Amino acid sequence: MSENIVSVNNLSVSFDYQENFLSKKQKIKAVNNINIKIKKGSFFGLVGESGSGKTTLGRAILGANKISTGNVIFHDDGRDFDLTTINSKEMKEYRKKAQLIFQDPYAALSPRMTVRDIIAEPLEVMKITNSREETDARVRDIAAKCRLNLEHLRRFPHAFSGGQRQRISIARALVSNPKFIVADESVAALDVSIQADILNLLKQLQNELNLTYLFISHDLSVVAHVCDIVAVMYLGHIVEMAPSRELFSNPRHPYTKALLSSIPSIDPENKSRAIELQGEIPSAMNPPSGCVFRTRCPHASKDGKEANIEMGLVEVTPGHWVDRCGVNCA
Amino acid sequence: MTHLLEINNLDVKFDTDEGRITAIDNVSLTLDQGKVLGIVGESGSGKSVTAKSIMQLNPGNTIYNENAEILIDEENVLKFTSKNDLKKIRGGKVSMIFQEPMASFAPAIKIGYQMVEQLMIHKPMDKKEAKNISIDMLNRVGIADAEKRFNQYAFELSGGMRQRAMIAMALSTMPKLLLADEPTTALDVTIQAQVINLMKDIIKEYNMGVIFITHDLGVIAQVADDVAVMYLGSVVEQGPVNEILKNPMHPYTKGLINALPDINNLDAPLTPIPGNIPSPLDRPSGCVFRTRCPHASKEGKEGNIKMGLVEIKPGHWLDKCGVDCGKT
Repeated sequence: MSENIVSVNNLSVSFDYQENFLSKKQKIKAVNNINIKIKKGSFFGLVGESGSGKTTLGRAILGANKISTGNVIFHDDGRDFDLTTINSKEMKEYRKKAQLIFQDPYAALSPRMTVRDIIAEPLEVMKITNSREETDARVRDIAAKCRLNLEHLRRFPHAFSGGQRQRISIARALVSNPKFIVADESVAALDVSIQADILNLLKQLQNELNLTYLFISHDLSVVAHVCDIVAVMYLGHIVEMAPSRELFSNPRHPYTKALLSSIPSIDPENKSRAIELQGEIPSAMNPPSGCVFRTRCPHASKDGKEANIEMGLVEVTPGHWVDRCGVNCA
Repeated sequence: MTHLLEINNLDVKFDTDEGRITAIDNVSLTLDQGKVLGIVGESGSGKSVTAKSIMQLNPGNTIYNENAEILIDEENVLKFTSKNDLKKIRGGKVSMIFQEPMASFAPAIKIGYQMVEQLMIHKPMDKKEAKNISIDMLNRVGIADAEKRFNQYAFELSGGMRQRAMIAMALSTMPKLLLADEPTTALDVTIQAQVINLMKDIIKEYNMGVIFITHDLGVIAQVADDVAVMYLGSVVEQGPVNEILKNPMHPYTKGLINALPDINNLDAPLTPIPGNIPSPLDRPSGCVFRTRCPHASKEGKEGNIKMGLVEIKPGHWLDKCGVDCGKT
């Protein structure tokens, strides 16, 4: 059993919302009572539709969103960073160890900086290196690992294609030698052949540099391919979590089943229609009571429909967690 | 038999500061009524430019070649000059659905007004009639409370709902030809499934011809009858969707399929297509794919083979250069 690198305990994140200056302040719960443990060296997948809270959860783990209740603990060689009590000095330490790769490689890179400066910036800001030579050496080293040429370093981002830009973003995230990476929709903006290239690169870097990923994506086939363990989110809750093969071959929650059946098959003869979910994801401002999925659930039990079941994951088989309500209605 | 749409020898070039860019090179396509033609390819392959050429929506610096033809009901769209002629096409015989439904509606005008306005331009009817048709259409595409939505702005609708409204608007004029440019790309998978099912039903019901542009081979497999694979402005392979996806011959088509993560086969490695798509400013001579082709023959590599589709099986068309290198 390998050790955990991140533990998320009963985490909730809410945002204040005020429709106009006269109306009452409301709380929107974007992430609700989440418990996950990310094992060192794993490729942890987080899937869900827009508005499900995947990005908020990822940002909370990086300390970029305020935690409302619960906590996030980062374990680093016997040293624990508790993000609820962390001070600014420790936060600087933590930033070196946990980094983010963004979705859009066109928006994430400053057009006025050379690639060398973009990759070197984290080293300079975090004062990791002491001399220009040292910085250059680190930049060259990580650029080579991300398959960028030395001559690329002198150029500006506009000279690069989407895939190359994403490799620059990855190099920048990795230059401080982090142990944990949150990749938020990092291949969503790329063409399929480039997507395959970037996914292979992420896998290869994981082995070379002993990285742990939290991989956020809406694309189930991508997640199925690269992740070891997958959590499915819906409206701020995790509704199912299992090792990826188990999840994709034996989904238990009706939402996971609907998601899987919605992937258009590349086989033209396989015309099986998707399990169509009625309506759309409800507003997070006014989520359904009880099971959040009950308003769209095709097989809700009587108890589930009447919202008598409180949400919470139960372990149905070792390592396979399903929301309590989903166990019945599935 | 005459086709609903016939594109013959279309070249499209753009005059830019950096020089003349070839966006489309010698593309010929046909589409019959009631059929769905899928166009797949990566960004920059010329899918959208092809669709925009049909609507004459390309920008002012566009140059079409002299002998190109885009025939809709045997009328050459490229020869249209007056606004009135174009009106027959835009929103009349042809409607288009775009990728980003937020960008396609005017943000400060109610959805209902936009639907009524375009209907009244194309059909002789009064406001009341147009409103009834619009609301009926919104109901048809599965929008609950159609009457209420009719009086709302685009920002008040969710992404899936907006795309439905867009489809309703495009279909309200009863076009013969629908151009759908990545209509489901911006949507979540469950909403995408809803929209695809809706479009399939509507295509059947209205018996129109559809050009469905997407980069997603899964979506193509589910909606299209025929498919054309485009790379850097050229069609490299074309045929019935079943044949092309199950028995791809061109190394680019094979590459696209191998790069796709398949949820039913998790052990298959993801194989990227080597290299990068060349800039349209230095388009390779000869076969456009030769710079990235893993099996290029000597002649192909040197750019000695002129591009052009040949029929290798009834209905299955393959670029000349791909016939040799596709065998391995």
